[in-house]
Amino acid sequence: MSWFNKLFGEKEASGAVAKQRLQMVLIHDRSEVSPGLIEQIKDDIIRVIASRLAIDEEHVKIDLTQSGRESYLMAEIPLDTKARSRA
Amino acid sequence: MSAKVITVTSGKGGVGKTTVTANLAAALAMQGRKVVAMDADIGLRNLDVVMGLENRIVYDLVDVIEGRCRLRQAMIKDKRQPELYLIPAAQTRDKMAVSPSDMVLVCDQLREEMDYIVIDSPAGIERGFRNAIAPADQIIIVTNPEVSAVRDADRIIGLVEAEEKGPAKLLINRLKPSMVARGDMLSIEDVIDILAIDLIGVIPEDESILVASNQGLPVAMTSVNGSSASQAFRNVAQRIEGVDVPFMDLTQKDGFMERLRSWLAGES
Ligand SMILES: Nc1ncnc2c1ncn2[C@@H]1O[C@H](COP(=O)(O)OP(=O)(O)OP(=O)(O)O)[C@@H](O)[C@H]1O
Ligand SMILES: [Mg+2]
Repeated sequence: MSWFNKLFGEKEASGAVAKQRLQMVLIHDRSEVSPGLIEQIKDDIIRVIASRLAIDEEHVKIDLTQSGRESYLMAEIPLDTKARSRA
Repeated sequence: MSAKVITVTSGKGGVGKTTVTANLAAALAMQGRKVVAMDADIGLRNLDVVMGLENRIVYDLVDVIEGRCRLRQAMIKDKRQPELYLIPAAQTRDKMAVSPSDMVLVCDQLREEMDYIVIDSPAGIERGFRNAIAPADQIIIVTNPEVSAVRDADRIIGLVEAEEKGPAKLLINRLKPSMVARGDMLSIEDVIDILAIDLIGVIPEDESILVASNQGLPVAMTSVNGSSASQAFRNVAQRIEGVDVPFMDLTQKDGFMERLRSWLAGES
């Protein structure tokens, strides 16, 4: 948003809001993956990995993303380095 | 000669499929092609009135399929163009009177004589939609720059992909350049970004479309220096013929505030 819009106290343009909302809803429409399923997968992944490695469970992120019309499941699993140095 | 079958569909209702079908058929005929416009919206026929041929209907698509007449008898000739025909939908039947293989059969009979068969699909993703896309060589998905229409278009793109008919093309209808300019409408780039398919045309919101369909005259047939929608439809027809026509400039900075804003932002 430009300083001009801010100066006149305008809201974020509704076209940009529409685009952002569409992108979110289509991620789930396309993959038929519900937000709840992602949470379950996340719990499973944490369980499997944590049985072998110390991970920072609080900061594990599992997200559906898109590139063109392809969907990807992206996982970000930070290792718990403090646990390793303690060992 | 073997006709190309183009199906115009959308998912969401009311986005302009019938308008696009009538104008695309008219514009292709104006380029000297032999064209049949076919109404596959059984039970809710409208292509006849948009083309202004409603008073000349004797037989319809279901009569052909059920053998009550020959195909030729159901083809209404549009007298304003040398080679433009309409095959109307039945008004008193429903979509179950037609099957996808019936549509393939009818189109195969027409392929020999015609250059293009343009099919007007009903809204939705059920039988009527299946009928309309069954014979298609090219599918055009019409959408409006608006959340629910784009979402439904995305669903259709997915279904068409599963049919392995080759990539569908996108036609954005009812774009309002002034609303895009002030950020209150999805832009052409936004819609392409979201749907990630090739664009075949953009038709602006244009009152002349309603004026023309009041009279049963596709706007594409109106004078060459007439409305911008008329030109936009003729451009789509040229792209279908493989001509690389640049997209019309539909950007607009309207009104004093808009100009002040872009001046202050250093855009002009
Ligand atoms: N670019 C445009 N500018 C202005 N009006 C338009 C435009 N495109 C379509 N319309 C109008 O919108 C209305 C709906 O169009 P149309 O009947 O072609 O939609 P449709 O997708 O075939 O609808 P349905 O799903 O009911 O079959 C009509 O009144 C038509 O004149
Ligand atoms: Mg229609």
